[in-house]
Amino acid sequence: MNEWVGFKGTKWQKDIDVEDFIVNNYQEYLEDDSFLTGISKKTSKVWNKCKKLLAKEAISGVLDVETFIMSGIDNFEVGYIDRSNEVIVGLQTDAPLKRIVNPYGGYRMVKKSLDAYGFHLEKELEESFKEFRKTHNDGVFDAYTDEIKKARHNHLITGLPDAYGRGRIIGDYRRLALYGADFLIDEKKKDLSKLTEITDVSTIQLREDVKEQIKALELIKKMCSRYGFDVSRPAANAKEAIQWTYFAYLAAIKQNNGAATSIGRNTTFFDIYIERDIASGILTEEEAQELIDQFVIKLRLVRHLRTPEYNELFAGDPTWVTESIGGMLDNEKSLVTKTSYRMLNSLNNIGESAEPNLTVLWSKKLPDNFKKFASKMSIKTHTLQFENDDLMRPIYGNDYAISCCVSALKLGYQTQFFGARINFVKVLLYALNGGRDEITGDLVIEGIDELEGEYLDIDEVLKQFDKVLKKTVKIYVDALNIIHYMHDKYAYESSQMAFLNTNLEYLMAFGLAGISIVTDSFSAMQFGHVRVKRDDRGLTNAFDVEFDYPRYGNNDDRVDAVAKNLVKRVYRELKKHPLYKNAVPTLSLLTITSNVVYGKHTGATPDGRKSGVPFSPGANPSQGADKNGALASLSSVAKIPYKDCCQDGVSNTFSIVPNALGNDEEARIDNLVKILDGYFNSGAHHLNVNVLDKDLLIDAMHNPNKYPNLTIRVSGYAVNFNKLTQEQKEEVISRTFHEQV
Amino acid sequence: MNKFKSGYIHSIETMGLVDGPGIRVVVFMQGCPLRCLFCHNPETWNKKSNNKMTSKEIVDEVRKYRPYIEKDGGVTFSGGEPLLQTEYLLEMLKMCKDAGLHTCIDTSGTGYNKEYLDEVLKYTDLVILDIKAIDDIGYKEMTGKEMIEFNYFVEILNKSNNKVWIRQVIIPNINDNEEYILKLKKYIKKIKNIEKKELLPYHSMGIEKYKKLKLKYRLIDTLDMDKEKCKKLEELLNK
Repeated sequence: MNEWVGFKGTKWQKDIDVEDFIVNNYQEYLEDDSFLTGISKKTSKVWNKCKKLLAKEAISGVLDVETFIMSGIDNFEVGYIDRSNEVIVGLQTDAPLKRIVNPYGGYRMVKKSLDAYGFHLEKELEESFKEFRKTHNDGVFDAYTDEIKKARHNHLITGLPDAYGRGRIIGDYRRLALYGADFLIDEKKKDLSKLTEITDVSTIQLREDVKEQIKALELIKKMCSRYGFDVSRPAANAKEAIQWTYFAYLAAIKQNNGAATSIGRNTTFFDIYIERDIASGILTEEEAQELIDQFVIKLRLVRHLRTPEYNELFAGDPTWVTESIGGMLDNEKSLVTKTSYRMLNSLNNIGESAEPNLTVLWSKKLPDNFKKFASKMSIKTHTLQFENDDLMRPIYGNDYAISCCVSALKLGYQTQFFGARINFVKVLLYALNGGRDEITGDLVIEGIDELEGEYLDIDEVLKQFDKVLKKTVKIYVDALNIIHYMHDKYAYESSQMAFLNTNLEYLMAFGLAGISIVTDSFSAMQFGHVRVKRDDRGLTNAFDVEFDYPRYGNNDDRVDAVAKNLVKRVYRELKKHPLYKNAVPTLSLLTITSNVVYGKHTGATPDGRKSGVPFSPGANPSQGADKNGALASLSSVAKIPYKDCCQDGVSNTFSIVPNALGNDEEARIDNLVKILDGYFNSGAHHLNVNVLDKDLLIDAMHNPNKYPNLTIRVSGYAVNFNKLTQEQKEEVISRTFHEQV
Repeated sequence: MNKFKSGYIHSIETMGLVDGPGIRVVVFMQGCPLRCLFCHNPETWNKKSNNKMTSKEIVDEVRKYRPYIEKDGGVTFSGGEPLLQTEYLLEMLKMCKDAGLHTCIDTSGTGYNKEYLDEVLKYTDLVILDIKAIDDIGYKEMTGKEMIEFNYFVEILNKSNNKVWIRQVIIPNINDNEEYILKLKKYIKKIKNIEKKELLPYHSMGIEKYKKLKLKYRLIDTLDMDKEKCKKLEELLNK
């Protein structure tokens, strides 16, 4: 094909294989950031318009909603921000920040969101949808067991994607740019022609799915032609490659409202086109940066319609447009290119922002210059997260991307069934309360013995804990199997699946919240002599710990081993159950901002935590428990096993005051590089970095207008500080900020 | 079985980024012979603490952080005054060197057992030397002690060819003037192998600790040192 002139390699030309294309054509970049350019006039004009709209949106929460049309790949008219200055085009609806009504996940959620922000769906549309169409949410609740409903109602299992899009699928959107839609349609047709042994339901389902994917690709062609582009053929230059990739992603977010819809891993892919254009003299460095900046602007405008309650769980209107940057090709050569720098440079040109969720895949062998640049941008903007490429690459190969916050997926070959998390602290409390919820008093888990005695006996507790855990995991698995069956049936993401292989590997992502509290509680029982107090219903409501006990976060093996064993125990339990589509279970320690809500609904705990106090986020030690300095804290978290256990991710959020990191900028950059090297060399998986003075956050809490763009890393994503609820702000401030001694 | 020496520790800070090159595990040892006016760690003055550990326990703890410190960081013994427990310190320094770690002591150059001083310096890669004052009278006022021990330390240090970082705390109305800095500049010429000279601005954050320990805080009327001014003086010192 003409579009491929100058590209090397043959394998990728015959079969869909983006990785092979990259390996054969990319140019590693080892030098520093001095080649980067500033913001272009056009970008500046476009971004200024966006800033005004974003400020308006910040006041009302939602700027506008399209109430006459429902979600779909080609349902909306074209939309622009500032047509003559946009070099990358395409919006979800006909206007920026105007949100889509997506009722397929669940109608109640849509109705609640519209009511909350004062919008109404056009009446006839609403009525006919309700009359003729069943939703994912309806299907799920038809199939849910009483046990699931009870566990859900009592916040034992929360955040289940049973009322909106499940998300976490990453289409390999680069495929549209490299191959064009027609090639992809032909490949899907070939796959379909091979699916002729109709022996079970799964083949019938797959035939229907592939046909849906083909229809989606046809619709994508139509959607793009509205904007004046013919994506039936491959992209012919850098501008088209970025545009095509964005269009493929845009189709996904027009059709679906998945909680986290990540963009993949694009910089090295784009760089091949950019360098080809620069070499042939049709693109300048300024124009290359302009393309990246405008691509990033588009990703910053992604919106979904959510309820205020959703926001309480996941603050700041996040969409997790996660872009993975860097990483290694093999043990010698990195995948760092000039465009890896250009992507991070967008933070200089258009300022810090929570989205896209920029994720640096860190390896000890990454080029030193890139390590320094990434650290510099992290210190400057507190918007980057870092994940251990040396840990993930052996499992997922060199062309994986991060979905949502911390979950790796092999691009094009794997997808994920997202499954929220268990409130792990409640598992422990149910063990102390005969299976009853410590707040509502409901009997949630049956068959658990009542504990007697004034002091907690660790062996007795463990016996009941195991029983509660077994039953909870069973309920959790049942719920996820139902959810993903129904999601496929009523809200299938054909536009994303069209960019994945027909035969996929599935991961089912389970999660735990509250690991530090459960760990410390067991340590308190072992070393601290814990006395229980019960209310008149016989439920635990306070605990006295009589002696000091080792706490998770101090690099003390006596207690860190407890955390390790707990997650292994959970994963062992998960593996016992058959999963929908033969998915492989994975486990995460990740809470996002929901750690605050979890805490609110959870009673007092044996570690001395009072009722209602927030959990620490992800795998972080409990607030204030880590007393031996930052490295001790990091080392405890690094002991949580990733491989064959927490392969959905172990999230850690690290806050340090600038003066403690070093006396000047250069020292801070060097030291952050060393911390990241050390942390990841010791086998850790993920780190959010905030280099900030606590006083600055306190000031921002009292004077939000002074800091309109202040962005910080929370568990797994970045958020505009002003968009956090008051409780979330207080929790962030209460975290351990490592200071100079 | 080997019998390891044990000693008194105040605490261990696992991530020190300003006490020596790279990332340092900082071992704060207990006990100090000096009573400096500006001291913000009075809880380390007493010779004993509740935290008694063997040299092996300390070094095992330090070694846990090898991935962070082995490349261009290391271990720093601070205090209190690390030299006060000379033999104990020496054993730990030897063990750290055996483990291939860069070693540093952050010292006032006092409180040592003369007999072991040469050897201590032999197993030390970097000495961070706290200058308290540059003459006998000033030294006595600042620390409550005579300067003779410090002078002897410098003599031995000069023979050792050890690398040295110089530090001094700058206190308003005591030594925050150019005249003093120029004298200091001249004074430290007699110390060999100086790699770095730092001035630390005095702060009053230790005051709460004095209240808790029921000790008298002698700089009660002194304000915190202006950081910018201190920086300017540091530039003068380094010119």
